[in-house]
Amino acid sequence: MTAAAPTHDHLYILRNLVAKDFKVRYRNMSLGILWSLVNPLVMMGVLSFVFTVLFPSLDRKHYPLFVLLGLVPYNFFSLSWMTGTGSVAANANLIKRVPFWRELLPVSVVLGNVVHYVIQIALLLVAVVWFVGFNVQWVWIPAIFALQIVFVCGLALLTSSLDVYHRDVRYVVESATIVLFWLCPVFYGVDQIQADLVWIYTLNPISAVIYLLRQICLRGLPPPATTMLKLAGVSFGTLFVGAWVYGRLKKDFADYL
Amino acid sequence: MRAIDLQQVSKRFLIHKTREFAVPRLGRKSSHTVEPFWAVRDVSLQVEPGEKVALVGGNGAGKSTLLGIVAGIITETSGKVSRNGRIGALLELGTGFHSDLTGRENIHLNASLLGFRPADVKRELDSIVDFAELKDFLDEPVRTYSSGMIARLGFSVAIHVDPDILIMDEVLSVGDRGFQAKCKEKIADLAGRGRTLLFVSHQMSAVLAMCPRTVWLDKGRVRMDGPSQKVVAAYEGAVTSLPRATSVEVR
Repeated sequence: MTAAAPTHDHLYILRNLVAKDFKVRYRNMSLGILWSLVNPLVMMGVLSFVFTVLFPSLDRKHYPLFVLLGLVPYNFFSLSWMTGTGSVAANANLIKRVPFWRELLPVSVVLGNVVHYVIQIALLLVAVVWFVGFNVQWVWIPAIFALQIVFVCGLALLTSSLDVYHRDVRYVVESATIVLFWLCPVFYGVDQIQADLVWIYTLNPISAVIYLLRQICLRGLPPPATTMLKLAGVSFGTLFVGAWVYGRLKKDFADYL
Repeated sequence: MRAIDLQQVSKRFLIHKTREFAVPRLGRKSSHTVEPFWAVRDVSLQVEPGEKVALVGGNGAGKSTLLGIVAGIITETSGKVSRNGRIGALLELGTGFHSDLTGRENIHLNASLLGFRPADVKRELDSIVDFAELKDFLDEPVRTYSSGMIARLGFSVAIHVDPDILIMDEVLSVGDRGFQAKCKEKIADLAGRGRTLLFVSHQMSAVLAMCPRTVWLDKGRVRMDGPSQKVVAAYEGAVTSLPRATSVEVR
C-alpha cells in the first residue's frame, strides 16, 4: 500500500500480530500449549496401530517416529494454510481502518504456527536422537524448514487474497488439506510409490520436506541435490506468484470486506 | 509542497446484487448483476501543511470514503492522490483491540499498527495510560473494560502517535463530556504545533471551533469549499428543510 507511512516498523507489527495470535489461542486454558502436542501424538498412536497391527504391510523400523516425521510437517502445512487463508477476511476491521502493509496479515498467521512447529520439531528431534541417533546431515534441517515456510507463506498469500473476493476459497482449501493428507507420504514412504509417479511427489514441497526429513533423521543420508533444488524452486515460485497476486488484489480489499 | 493534494478523484464501488452464487445456474439467465455506485466524484482538494479542514455532509455524501482514500485504505478509481508527511488515521477508536488481550498488550499492537516503534511505545506508555485514565486496569483483559474505557484507550494511543496529518472520522462523540473536552484540547494542541487536520463531523460547533475551513460534500461532489462560518451556515440552511436529525448536535 503506497500510503503505509514510511515510518511503520513492519517487524514490530509482525511481532505484535504473532504474539496476539499466540496469546489469544491459549489464554484461559489450563493446559495451554500442551494442546499443540496432544493432537500429533494421538494421530501417531492411531496410525501406528492401524499400520503396524491391522495392516502390518507398511510396517518398518521406528514406525511411530516415521509417522511423526510426516505428521508434524503436514499438520503445520495444513493448519497454517487454512488459518492463513481466512486471515484477511477475519481482520476486516484492520483492513478497513488502518493503512499498514497488508502482506503482514497472512504472513503473521503462518509465523504464529511456526512457533508451535518449532516446539513440536524440537521434541521430535529429541526422540529421534534417543531412538536413532544424531548425524552430521542434520545441518540441512533448518534450510528444509525455511523452504517449507516460504512455500506456505506463498500459498497463504495467494488464497487469502482470493478468499476476500470469493469466500468459497476457504472451503476449497479445507477440502484440499483433507485430500492432500492421503496424497502426501504421511503414513507411507516415498519408496513405496510406483516409480513412474515419484516425480510428482518430488515436485510437491510437502512431500519433499517429509521425504528429506526422514532421509536425514532415520537413514542419516544427505538430501539429494535435485530434491532440494526442486523444493527451493517450487517454494520460491509459489511465494513469487502468491505475493504478485496478493499485491494486485490488495488494493481493493477494503471494498469487499 | 501540499500536505494533501487530490486531483479529480473518483471512487466507484461495485454493488453486487445476489452474491450468493457466482456461478450462474445452467439454462437460466444469471440474476447476478453488478451496479456501479459513485461514492466520490471528481473531487479536487488541496490542503496546505498546518491547515485544519472539516468535511461536512449528509449520510452517504462520501465523507468517509474520501477520508479512506486520503488515508490510503481505499484505492481511488480515477484521479491523483498525493500526501506528504506521516498520516495518522483515526477512523475508528480501538481498531484492532482484541478483547482477550490486556490493555498493555493492546497498546503495543495498536500503536505498532498506527506507526509506532518499540522505543516510542516505551517512551509514551505512561502518558498514554494517564491520558486514558486506565492505570489500574492496564493488565486486565480489554473484555472487562466498558465501551467508554475502550474508546478512551483507543483515542489516547492514536493521539500519541503524533502524525503530521491527522485524519479523523467522527470520533469525538465518545466518552463523557470531560473526556471529550480533553480530546478537543489535545487535538487543538496538535493543531497548534503545525499539524494538518482533516476531520469529519456532524457537530457543527466542533467544526466551527476547530477548523477555519470547511468542505461540504454532497452526493460525492464538492458542493462548497470555503471559510467554515459561511459553509456551515449554507449547509445548515440546506438541511433545515430536512428532518432535523442530520444536523442536530444534541446527544
